[in-house]
Amino acid sequence: MADGHASPNYWLIFLCLFILTVIEIAVIFVPVAKLLIVIALVSLALVKATLVAAYFMHLRFEARTLALIALTPLALGTLLIFILIPDHSAVSHKTADSVKVAPPAGHR
Amino acid sequence: MSQVETMHPGTEPAESPLTPESWGKLGMWIFLAGDAMGFGTLLAAYGAMRFGSADWPSPYHRLGINLTAFMTFLLICTSVTMVKGLEGVKNGKRGTAQIYLLLTIIGGAGFLGLQAYEWTNLINEGLKVFGNPWGASLFGTTFFVITGFHGLHVTGGVIYLSVMLVLVSKPTTALGTGWTYNVVEISGLYWHFVDLVWIMVFTFIYLL
Repeated sequence: MADGHASPNYWLIFLCLFILTVIEIAVIFVPVAKLLIVIALVSLALVKATLVAAYFMHLRFEARTLALIALTPLALGTLLIFILIPDHSAVSHKTADSVKVAPPAGHR
Repeated sequence: MSQVETMHPGTEPAESPLTPESWGKLGMWIFLAGDAMGFGTLLAAYGAMRFGSADWPSPYHRLGINLTAFMTFLLICTSVTMVKGLEGVKNGKRGTAQIYLLLTIIGGAGFLGLQAYEWTNLINEGLKVFGNPWGASLFGTTFFVITGFHGLHVTGGVIYLSVMLVLVSKPTTALGTGWTYNVVEISGLYWHFVDLVWIMVFTFIYLL
């Protein structure tokens, strides 16, 4: 890969990442349903991660199979969320009061 | 077929199948996939615990995002300096490679310093690993475990890149597109991965 492709414009990637970060921060103030904000934030994060992997890590210029290796943890992690949700979240619960820690003196 | 026939039985193929220029790169990718699974597990567990909690504190109000937004920016900058450093190695410009690698290391160290500052403030406000004044005790547990695990990776990266800086600085190290380029590129893969993970951590822990 060392000479197999022209270098991407890294400053352009940087600018995209910067703008996407600004959008992410702006999104949390938009007055819409929480679910929409969650979907927007996760999508934006995935786009940013893809930019980093594709250009900074040169994945776009590598063998396709290498991208499959890189994508495996994403697939497994997504699966894991659905495996874990019934485990801990079947009944929504609060932390017992005895477990809560009082704020230190001088702080609210 | 002719290649296979001429090979001695039992010998390793000379070329890595996915990354023809080096086996190390394939090794780093496989390591990173495993490492990503570690972070993926932590974040998935975090999601499930938060989803099941009725009194999860608001991260935006308790953790604050001004400082961490700047830390995100800093880490993205170091990813750019890293690729610029690698370009320096490729073009045989030792000085350029040194300056950009040094900037990357300084950025990484700066990130760690800011994280230490952030942790100190939060601990003073009452955020502990086993509890906090605001709600679900797991809020603190997941925060310290996940950001701590990432911070350890940054620490490792700063040490790793320092070794690369020493290597590139040696007058006897040949620059260009050969071995040195491969080795520095592999270290860059690790560093960009740390940046990539922070993008996820920033989103899930601070913004959501």
